[in-house]
Amino acid sequence: MGDPVGMSLAHTLASGMGGMRAAGDLVARMQMTRGMRLSEAKEYVAGRLGVSTLDLVDPVVMHDVRAELGLGRITVQELTYADQPYAIEAKFRISEVLDIPINSVERFAARAGLGAPRVSAAGGAAG
Amino acid sequence: MGDGSLVETTRAELRADLEDGTQQAARRAKVPPLEASELDHLEDIFCSNARFTGVDLGDEVIMSYDGSGNADLGSRMTEMLAYQTHQGADMLELWHIDYSYKAIKTILSFEAHEMKMSQLNLTIPMQYGAMPDLGRYSKPDGPIPNWSELMPLGRIEEARAAQLEAGEMATHDMLFVADGMVEAGTDGLDFDTAGAAGDGDFLATLNAVEKIRAKHPHVGIEVGMASEFVLGMHGELEYKGKRLAGMWPHQQVKAVAAAGGTIFGPAVNVNTRKSVAWNVSRACTLVKRCCEEATIPVHMNVGMGVGGVPMTAYPPVDAVSRVSKALVDITRMDGL
Repeated sequence: MGDPVGMSLAHTLASGMGGMRAAGDLVARMQMTRGMRLSEAKEYVAGRLGVSTLDLVDPVVMHDVRAELGLGRITVQELTYADQPYAIEAKFRISEVLDIPINSVERFAARAGLGAPRVSAAGGAAG
Repeated sequence: MGDGSLVETTRAELRADLEDGTQQAARRAKVPPLEASELDHLEDIFCSNARFTGVDLGDEVIMSYDGSGNADLGSRMTEMLAYQTHQGADMLELWHIDYSYKAIKTILSFEAHEMKMSQLNLTIPMQYGAMPDLGRYSKPDGPIPNWSELMPLGRIEEARAAQLEAGEMATHDMLFVADGMVEAGTDGLDFDTAGAAGDGDFLATLNAVEKIRAKHPHVGIEVGMASEFVLGMHGELEYKGKRLAGMWPHQQVKAVAAAGGTIFGPAVNVNTRKSVAWNVSRACTLVKRCCEEATIPVHMNVGMGVGGVPMTAYPPVDAVSRVSKALVDITRMDGL
């Protein structure tokens, strides 16, 4: 990636959605799996979360929304949220909230004997 | 400057750079130059004395972070976690230092395990990335006659046949790695610096994308380009009836979408002897039409030496933030 301050942090602070600090990871999933352009992806995610598109980049709003829906939050020193969904646990929730199959979730469920892959209303199971 | 050096310039000199950058791009790619109001906006961005700048609230875009991590934290999973929680990444990419699908094929088991363990520990989406790297299939690195040696000898037909044969091998290797990574839980595949060896390289990538899309309908597929213009090393190759040699970003994105890609990454090379303003004006001109006509998200390549970012290991943040804002404001792209 290169110099973290000069490259990744500079771009993130200048124009990024903030990842799971806000809702950038959720919008990214709609671009990756559905090929949605940015405005469509933002509107889709905002609709599924019940917030405005501007809320998607607001870490204060998204902190509460992610807690309520179990979408995973960044640990901050003593705030580890060890009793809440994170990583693969949170991805089960994200799959359900966004109504998209997430490949690692489908594999985890199948290999752990948790049942058949979930089929999205948008069509089909994960590859 | 494009090499990262700090220079002092007048507003008139900077405006002249912006005008020249857009006119040169428009003439080369046969696309419209930036409008006066857009050049005014770029002038404001670059004439600001602020150390840092950014897009307006609500205009934020996705950061796909090809090649996440810096190989200095001890393990790749640690790198991914750091990018997830410390750097605000929206997407991550697992990668190997030998960044080529041909090389990855031989260590797929190890790479797939890293993917699986990382997927268990990450919340945000992560793809696997490497280069199609067609040149690796030619002698002395591979089994195929070297087309770059055949062409100067006038053995054009042999050179063309060699590229096609290498392309079939490359497509097979990309599909092989993709199958393993999908089994391991990846969210997507990234074909980075596609077209680095010309139109044969790009065709091999498009063929791989088409096969992966048919086999894995929900996996993300990003195709990032090596440069702004597809070199005609073969010269006659077509994909779905369109000649690949000579394609510019607004044509490349249509080929990628037709193959089944979900994210397109245009690359515009930086001229280190020109100012950042000149390079950004040129990059915006080349990519604006691509963003206007795209049906899939466009994530501009903005690493060192591409997209207007200075070609230096430690890009100054005043330059990078201006590049970031300028590209998003002018082209309305979907990510970086």
